Amino acid sequence: MLESSKESLKLEAMKRVVGLIAKGKNASELFPAVVKNVANKNLELKKLVYVYLVRYAEEQQDLALLSISTFQRALKDPNQLIRASALRVLSSIRVPIIVPIMMLAIKEAASDLSPYVRKTAAHAIQKLYSLDADQKDHLIEVIEKLLKDKSTLVAGSVVMAFEEVCPDRIDLIHRNYRKLCNLLMDVEEWGQVVIISMLTRYARTQFISPWKEDGVFENSEKAFYESDEEKRKSAEETKPYAMDPDHRLLLRSTKPLLQSRNTAVVMSVAQLYWHLAPKHEVNIITKSLVRLLRSHREVQYIVLQNIATMSIQRKGMFEPFMKSFYVRSTDATHIKTLKLEILTNLANEANISTVLREFQTYVKSQDKAFAAATIQAIGRCATNISEITDTCLNGLVLLLSNRDETVVAESVVVIRKLLQTQPSEHSDIIKHMAKLFDNITVPMARASILWLIGEYCEHVPKIAPDVLRKMAKTFHNEEDIVKLQTVSLAAKLYLTNSKQTKLLTQYILNLGKYDQNYDIRDRTRFIRQLIVPSERGGALSKYARRILLAPKPAPVLQSAFKDRDRFQLGTLSHTLNSKATGYLELSDWPPMAPDQSVRNVEVAEAMKEWSPAVGKAKSSKSDDKFYSDSGEEEDEQAADSGSDEEGGSEGSTRTPVSLSSEAESENSETSEDSSQSEKSSDSGTGVKKTTTQKNKKLQQAKKPRKLVSVCDRVCVCVCQQLSSPVFVPVHTYELLHRMTGKGLAAQYHFSRQPCIYDDRMISVQLTFSNNGDHTLENIHISEKTSAGQNIHCFSPIECLEPEKSVTVSMGVDFNDSTQAASFQLCTKAEGFNVSIQPAVGELLLPVTMSEQDFSKEQVWGAVFAAKLVSSGALVLVCVVQKDSGAQLTVNTEKTIIGSMLLRELQTVLSQGS
Amino acid sequence: MIHSLFLINNAGDIFLEKHWKSVISRSVCDYFFEAQEKAMEPDNVPPVIRTPHHYLINIYRDKIFFVSVIQTEVPPLFVIEFLHRVAEMFQDYFGDCSEVAIKDNVVIVYELLEEMLDNGFPLATESNILKELIKPPTILRSMVNSITGSSNVGETLPTGQLSTVPWRRAGVKYTNNEAYFDVVEEIDAILDKSGTTVFAEIQGVIDACVKLSGMPDLTLSFMNPRLLDDVSFHPCVRFKRWESERVLSFIPPDGNFRLMSYHVNAQNLVAIPVYVRQNISFFESGSSGRLDITLGPKQTMGKTVECVVVTVHMPKVVLNANLTATQGNYTYDPVTKILVWDIGKLNQQKLPNLKGSLSLQSGAPKPEENPSLNIDLKIQQLAISGLKVNRLDMYGEKYKPFKGVKYVTKAGNHGHFVVTNWKLHNILASPFYV
Repeated sequence: MLESSKESLKLEAMKRVVGLIAKGKNASELFPAVVKNVANKNLELKKLVYVYLVRYAEEQQDLALLSISTFQRALKDPNQLIRASALRVLSSIRVPIIVPIMMLAIKEAASDLSPYVRKTAAHAIQKLYSLDADQKDHLIEVIEKLLKDKSTLVAGSVVMAFEEVCPDRIDLIHRNYRKLCNLLMDVEEWGQVVIISMLTRYARTQFISPWKEDGVFENSEKAFYESDEEKRKSAEETKPYAMDPDHRLLLRSTKPLLQSRNTAVVMSVAQLYWHLAPKHEVNIITKSLVRLLRSHREVQYIVLQNIATMSIQRKGMFEPFMKSFYVRSTDATHIKTLKLEILTNLANEANISTVLREFQTYVKSQDKAFAAATIQAIGRCATNISEITDTCLNGLVLLLSNRDETVVAESVVVIRKLLQTQPSEHSDIIKHMAKLFDNITVPMARASILWLIGEYCEHVPKIAPDVLRKMAKTFHNEEDIVKLQTVSLAAKLYLTNSKQTKLLTQYILNLGKYDQNYDIRDRTRFIRQLIVPSERGGALSKYARRILLAPKPAPVLQSAFKDRDRFQLGTLSHTLNSKATGYLELSDWPPMAPDQSVRNVEVAEAMKEWSPAVGKAKSSKSDDKFYSDSGEEEDEQAADSGSDEEGGSEGSTRTPVSLSSEAESENSETSEDSSQSEKSSDSGTGVKKTTTQKNKKLQQAKKPRKLVSVCDRVCVCVCQQLSSPVFVPVHTYELLHRMTGKGLAAQYHFSRQPCIYDDRMISVQLTFSNNGDHTLENIHISEKTSAGQNIHCFSPIECLEPEKSVTVSMGVDFNDSTQAASFQLCTKAEGFNVSIQPAVGELLLPVTMSEQDFSKEQVWGAVFAAKLVSSGALVLVCVVQKDSGAQLTVNTEKTIIGSMLLRELQTVLSQGS
Repeated sequence: MIHSLFLINNAGDIFLEKHWKSVISRSVCDYFFEAQEKAMEPDNVPPVIRTPHHYLINIYRDKIFFVSVIQTEVPPLFVIEFLHRVAEMFQDYFGDCSEVAIKDNVVIVYELLEEMLDNGFPLATESNILKELIKPPTILRSMVNSITGSSNVGETLPTGQLSTVPWRRAGVKYTNNEAYFDVVEEIDAILDKSGTTVFAEIQGVIDACVKLSGMPDLTLSFMNPRLLDDVSFHPCVRFKRWESERVLSFIPPDGNFRLMSYHVNAQNLVAIPVYVRQNISFFESGSSGRLDITLGPKQTMGKTVECVVVTVHMPKVVLNANLTATQGNYTYDPVTKILVWDIGKLNQQKLPNLKGSLSLQSGAPKPEENPSLNIDLKIQQLAISGLKVNRLDMYGEKYKPFKGVKYVTKAGNHGHFVVTNWKLHNILASPFYV
């Protein structure tokens, strides 16, 4: 049929051939017939032929060469889809002879106009590399070129190629780092995963550790006892850590991706935060990870594994979500076990009672393997939390009367481990277990009991020989492991109580001597030589007692996930707990920050390129907002017949300000202002309401205009890039002078980052420094004197050495007033009354408002929309150029804030001119 | 990245294989079969299996194992997520993702897989794009194709692939412009024997079916967005707008898609719509037991509770059940030991009750654990969390779309596989009670 002239017949034939391939049957003898059709015009037929070619070309290289010229022609096709698929197939044919042709094709495609073709080229790089690793240098050139590509489509694929071909060439990333961070939101999901994991590695080599802060106190304490020189060194270290803006950029640009629907993306962001973020910021990933637990079974498995590793190091992260890890009866066994692991890790004094109650239902589970795992978990809890050891032991002893064998066996094993930690107090438990011994058949459990009795035979002097007697009777029927323990028990008893057990021991040793298992024979021979004095082995037998009855250290029950943190989270290696092929080690933080300027070159360029666009986008959008808003206000005011002017409830203040400067400059200033203080925020209901109202009004007023939404999206993204607290001017205010503070000086500044304690608070960073000559201890806030202002204190600083400083952050809810928050700052010895005075601008959070139409020709100005942090009331500011001057308008519900803001802006703007 | 894919049915036959790099012999699946045998149940197969030269990452869905072969380090979730995407795509194309459907459409499956991955790296996974490249099979189309000889493979590159809205295809046209949103909420709760809530949470999704012409830009706002505790979005949703204003602003993909999923976590706010009185007891002697279950509506906000099904996993020793139901009917499967009581609509006046005796294996000891009850239910026109859609606005296009919102509440049903709903903890004498 393939030879037929009719196309439909050929297609039908090809479909059957593909069917054969899919089933895994060999269709290679059709190769010549199929290859002929490669130049066919029918696209579907062509695609099927491609499928066939890629599958069999490796086996029939000579014949495959026949098709090459067709692909070369197709590479020049005007249709980008055909160009791309030709490149795909050409690079997928694994025939070494055509390497030069492939190389040429890739180079050409890398500068193709269509990003889709460039993407395919990025894929082809990996294929060629796996075919012929010698081409590496040429391929790196192409990668370098493609890394500069600005298309979001290409970014993911080229980073993938980078990871595969030259993961160690970190220098190629420097200049593209900021671009990648900024584009990340718009890259397709799969690319995001790859880029994020690459950037994680990159950041670990390029930035200094943000975790140092936590270590500071230990350091300084240590330094106290060391030489002066060392002291000075550690003083240097103590200087407050400032995060590299690029580091911050990475964290900020990945954060929204936690909300992705793609679980792989969420996981990779989570691992990025885990490995890169300062300790106090890591917590934001918790919620998203817990969300993933509601996904498919396989996803749960991987996520739980990662949570298990995290929960060992940071209990607090997942503790509030403990209930999410409760086992459900329908979970698969491996998921149950993982949840158990996590619950055990999370258990502490406070929650242990609930955890144990939960465990107790699990013990009754019909899934016996799971029940056994639960008992082990109980054992681990018992050793970790000493308060409950006794309770757990009692519970486990109760379980010994359980009918199920595995449960009993597991309890015995766990009890043995627990008893080892404090044997003297529990001789009654050992007696109890000896009584149960007859009913237990599981070898491991029997062996454990024997060992226990042997080890602590002094606590149970009467029972031990009796047990040995029973064992002597049944010796030949026992499992190997039980036999071994019987031999040990006999030996130990022989040493402690040889009167009663001498004959028994000899009998058992004789039995062991002729056992089938050579381990047992060996052990018997060894024991005999050791304990029975003879002419030759006399030297050792002196020490027999010390050898056999040496006190043994108690086993440490620890998590199986303990050593997994050596792998990067979310990787295959982490899942398997062994290094997978191609695993790239996450390096440690560098001690000194490498040169930051390497990333600058490109950025300067990029800024130039981007900034006009930004300016325009911003201003145009803002104007749009402004215009409609003010229009509305005017309408409203007209309706209210000017009641506002008299200082009414609406509280809008408008004052024309004369400004001779150009609109451009004001514009840039205001937008800069806004970008500086832009923060992510939960918007209050008040804001929402206002917006919706506006939308309604707008619709009534005007027909919605067509928005070029694509362009708009880009603009929004661009704005995000600029609106970073990176540019926050660090203007510090003095809180406490060193003279008044008797050596303690304190300064504060507003970090303009969202407050982590409460979204109505404003975060304030305090820097304490000790200028005195003695150590200050226990610096804390004792009294909050001002009424109505909520203050979230920093955790007390235990001690501050002379000449050192430390930075802490606290949250203050100013209730949207500029009234100072005063409180008492205490050291161990004294207290000082201090107060923090916010500038009006610090009380604002920027808000993005919906796009509304505007007319560019009439008004040119800038707008800044914000809300008050505490109440959520809106504040709208706009600057409009009018003839020679400009009009500055502030609209807000709160009259006082409005007028204060207006006054400040007015002064600032007139200074600018 | 992903090297090869094998599709294996429950019986252990490999019915499809696809390689993106050089061919890997199907004997690699032997390791998988080994693990499968060890795991007894398909759900228990470990998702990641190590073999001497490869790593196998598998998912189990719709009675098919999707086994992918990996050679180098790759985030396992990446592969798992992709495999699920493949399964969803099959479902989208063929209506269901069964072995029969895949075998019938093997050529399309192959074309799809070829398009979705290039050299093991995902190329196009958006259904809107794939549907432009490869048209889904319909009876009409296959007839037309066989007569005219035209193909069902798109000739040009889908425009979506290049734009910043890759999820939407260009040139969409409908005569009736409609947008439907289904707010589906699932309650996941664990109650103890006395009926107190041990654990409760609400998970919700908003599934959308948008059939609008052109490039509409939609804004969906809620009456009470503060309820939402944790959210995840389709990539089309503008995150910044959500963060600042709590509205969903997006250019929707064409057709069906999941707009967002959310989580409401307010322990006390979760209203449990039914209450259960249950008593299952086994006698020490006489190898029998008694069962008595009564259900009643509670906090349903005036809506009827429908499709109520109670499932009980009985202990192994229960041989048979002799029960009478005042409403609906029950079945007991002595092999799987599952008792299913299908009640249907919950009646306010006459409470459904299931009562009777259980016969146990004679001589066997009385089972220790009291079985837990799983309850399935459905409430139409109610989102139990109280979430309400405020309004939907459209920008960018001139026509007036028809808009609709539907609310449904269900008992928790994790994805497609776990049916965990209402575990009634039976707290007995507690040896570990601290």
